[in-house]
Amino acid sequence: MNKKIDIKKHIFVPKHQKLSEKEKEDLLRKYNITTSELPKILKSDPMALSAAAKTGDVIKIIRNSPTSGKSVFYRVVVNG
Amino acid sequence: MEEEEKLEVIEEQEPAEAVAEEAELEEVKAPEEKKETIEAEIPIYKKVKDVQFGVLSPKMIKKMASAKIVTPELYDKEGYPVDGGLMDIRLGVIDPGLKCKTCGSKLKECVGHFGYISLARPIIHLNFTSVILTLLRCSCRECGRILIEQEKIDKFGEKLRQFGKEKGEEIMRKKVKDIIASTTGKTGGKCPHCKAKQHKIAMDKPTTFFEDEKRISPIEIRTRLEKITDDDVELFGINSKSTRPEWMVLTVLPIPPVTMRPSITLETGERSEDDLTHKLGDIVRINQRLFENINAGAPEIIVEDLWDLLQYHITTFFDNEVAQLPPARHRSGQPLKTLTERIKSKEGRIRHNLVGKRTNFSARTVISPDPMLMINEVGVPEIMALKLTVPEKVTSWNLEHIKKFVEKGPKKYPGANYIVRPDGKKKKLTEETIEQALEELQPGYLVERHLMDGDLAIFNRQPSLHRMSMMAHKVRVLPYKTLRLNPAVCFPYNADFDGDEMNLHIPQTEEAMAEAEILMLVQTQLISPRYGLAVIGCIQDSISGNYILTQKKFQIKREEALDILMQVGISDMSKLPKKELVTGKEIFSMILPEDFNYSGRSKSTEEPELLIENGKLISGVMDKNNLGEGSGLLLRNIHKKYGEKYAVDFIGKVFRLGIAVLMKRGFTTTVSDTDLPEKVDGDIKHLLDVSRQEVNDLIRSYKEGTLDSFPGRTLRETLELKIMEVLNRARNEAGLMVLKNADRNSHTMLMALSGARGTTINLAQISATVGQQALRGKRIDKGYSLRTLSCFEKNDMGPEAHGFIKNCFKKGLSPSEFFFQAMVGRDSLMDTALRTPKSGYLYRRLANAMQDLKIEYDYTVRDASKRIVQFVYGEDGIDVSKSEAGKLNVKRIIKEVSGE
Repeated sequence: MNKKIDIKKHIFVPKHQKLSEKEKEDLLRKYNITTSELPKILKSDPMALSAAAKTGDVIKIIRNSPTSGKSVFYRVVVNG
Repeated sequence: MEEEEKLEVIEEQEPAEAVAEEAELEEVKAPEEKKETIEAEIPIYKKVKDVQFGVLSPKMIKKMASAKIVTPELYDKEGYPVDGGLMDIRLGVIDPGLKCKTCGSKLKECVGHFGYISLARPIIHLNFTSVILTLLRCSCRECGRILIEQEKIDKFGEKLRQFGKEKGEEIMRKKVKDIIASTTGKTGGKCPHCKAKQHKIAMDKPTTFFEDEKRISPIEIRTRLEKITDDDVELFGINSKSTRPEWMVLTVLPIPPVTMRPSITLETGERSEDDLTHKLGDIVRINQRLFENINAGAPEIIVEDLWDLLQYHITTFFDNEVAQLPPARHRSGQPLKTLTERIKSKEGRIRHNLVGKRTNFSARTVISPDPMLMINEVGVPEIMALKLTVPEKVTSWNLEHIKKFVEKGPKKYPGANYIVRPDGKKKKLTEETIEQALEELQPGYLVERHLMDGDLAIFNRQPSLHRMSMMAHKVRVLPYKTLRLNPAVCFPYNADFDGDEMNLHIPQTEEAMAEAEILMLVQTQLISPRYGLAVIGCIQDSISGNYILTQKKFQIKREEALDILMQVGISDMSKLPKKELVTGKEIFSMILPEDFNYSGRSKSTEEPELLIENGKLISGVMDKNNLGEGSGLLLRNIHKKYGEKYAVDFIGKVFRLGIAVLMKRGFTTTVSDTDLPEKVDGDIKHLLDVSRQEVNDLIRSYKEGTLDSFPGRTLRETLELKIMEVLNRARNEAGLMVLKNADRNSHTMLMALSGARGTTINLAQISATVGQQALRGKRIDKGYSLRTLSCFEKNDMGPEAHGFIKNCFKKGLSPSEFFFQAMVGRDSLMDTALRTPKSGYLYRRLANAMQDLKIEYDYTVRDASKRIVQFVYGEDGIDVSKSEAGKLNVKRIIKEVSGE
């Protein structure tokens, strides 16, 4: 019973990817924003931990959406 | 504990007080600035950098005052305000014609100026008692230092300040108290700085302080507060620059300007003073007496008595509802309304005047339906039209036209109520002034004429949860006394006519009218931004009418068809086939545009395929699926192809067509509509008997133990589920039998089939069986021990004993069945009554939380500070109000692009 569950494989957990520095720059330029305008994700979030993200990194989340099939979301990693 | 609670309450009032004082302070400064402005002819604009709240210092009070008040007299023998009295003309003007002695401006221009009184003895300010108590308890009675050791202050000071910034000063003060409570234990009740012994300080509400049972006078309190150093004051979370603790004990009292306590002249010529003036009069009088007694060297008891009286008057001046004090009263016995009462509660300034502003040019009354109105019209009773006015500018072109209104005056419709001269002076029209007004009237004037047909009005029904809850309508002035609306717009307003009232607002400027017309007119709101379908459609009998009309068998003489079409408002009959008999579909096609194509589905099972080709209804019946509000794409497509103006016209025509058909044909409903053939009655009885037997078998097998339980369920639960299933099946089958055997042309059935009103379940309940009554998804299982009602045997698990109603409504229910039905009925009634306000509040919070989310040009959804909430609106970027039910119809777009 003490087997560790890999949450990444759970069907309710959408795909999380860490963006490279360049991709992050492009994203910020595309929306003409700084990271403070992005939605946040805690550094201690299990999915942020599993992506080994540092504060200030941007994580791309690909979800299934009832309206558009797939939807892309970005979150910036914050302390906590 | 009680004390702490009180502390919070009083503290809450402090900022409000401070705001008031601060604001008043600003007002005093304003006139000076005005003077400069007039001299320099350059307006001075100042930007508010920040706002600080604090307590007024005696110095400040004197500085902002323009008069010292020394006498309780108000007017001299000639009725002129006494100098140094409470109505001193230096405090502002309230009489027309007089000029303010301080700023020189006239009535309404002068905002008023503060005065002050020097108090003979210090007085505790009621709203600061809790802070004073904390300060007294937490500082040394000898040296005035805070009762915390220096090292600890150094150690925790910064932390405490940080804490105060984050959590608020209130909590910081509490924290200081806690720290002191923990240190006094160690120091043995001695000041850690000067080692002086500290005594227990208590407060007797509202304003008396005790030290070891001995009363401390406000003078003593004030000297102690003075001793607290600025650095220590900061530790209590008080900004020593804006607020010194000793200022919380009053030595001078600001007198509010007369403009905020104007006297009224009664019809008898007598003056009646404001409550505040009365109260201030008391204060000044007692203060004078106190002065005199002190100067005359009166015995201490007399002085103290007067002092207490002054304290009482000043306390009630701030708040006349202090629990421990008897409220100050008028001679008539009604309590005075002093400062706090002016601000707080429902009738106070905030909720009554600021949040609850009321508007002119608005009306409210009961609504009733009028299907002969256009959908974008509202019927306004004539009495309302006589009071509601529209300002119309007089020009040389419309002068004669407008004179006609003025001639009629305010009592004859359509007339006018006021004329406004170019300088802004308003003149009321009466029988006597009409003649003069007519002579005077010339271009540049404004005439407020009565509301007329075609004027714009904004119509609203609460709760306004939608943007469709407020729509602009064109006015139609009608006789009688209700507001009238086309029943088709009931749905967006969620209105019915069981006594609902609605509000009407008349826009008063060209800008407002244009905005209302372009953005709010009914046709602009046709498509719901929530689901992208028409929110206005046919309801009730207009659905029944169109259903009858478009049925296959409907045929009618050509003349009669012409009658109907004329009623709808169609005069060009060239499209109608020239035959003796015309079909209903041909009549319906008359209102369809000629190049319209559509295919969809009907609710009906007889002709489910709806097909319109080149403006001809080929097959299918019109029913709720196509004409109803919030369903079907027929109305949506017409709106898309022909525009909103055409779409409302179309809906209006369909609506009237349905009604016209029913008028021609007749439509009613009777009990016999739901009669079933005798054989069917027997079949239903048999069906129920079989089900009863099945349930009995289940119960027997449960008792014998041969019943297999479902996985994860107990045996008992399994039995319940199986019984429920059997009984539900019985009810559904009975419903189907009714549907199959009832007369499909009976009007009751027709309404259910077309979706106009009622469902087939309702029909089955009337003519077959009411079915199982359920409480929270289970059979009824409440009441006596081991049984629901005392007429059943204990442990009876049969259908009858647990709320199965085998009778139908028409046959009548047995007493126990009736009781079960009442149980469920009461339960659902309670449920709706309790749920409505809860869900309403939930919706309100949601709406408020999301009110400033906005879609930017890059399709992102952002909040007010431009933070991203969604990267693509709705994740698909579709504007629902421009879509078809939230989706893009790719097929149709390709067809349109390639085909045309």
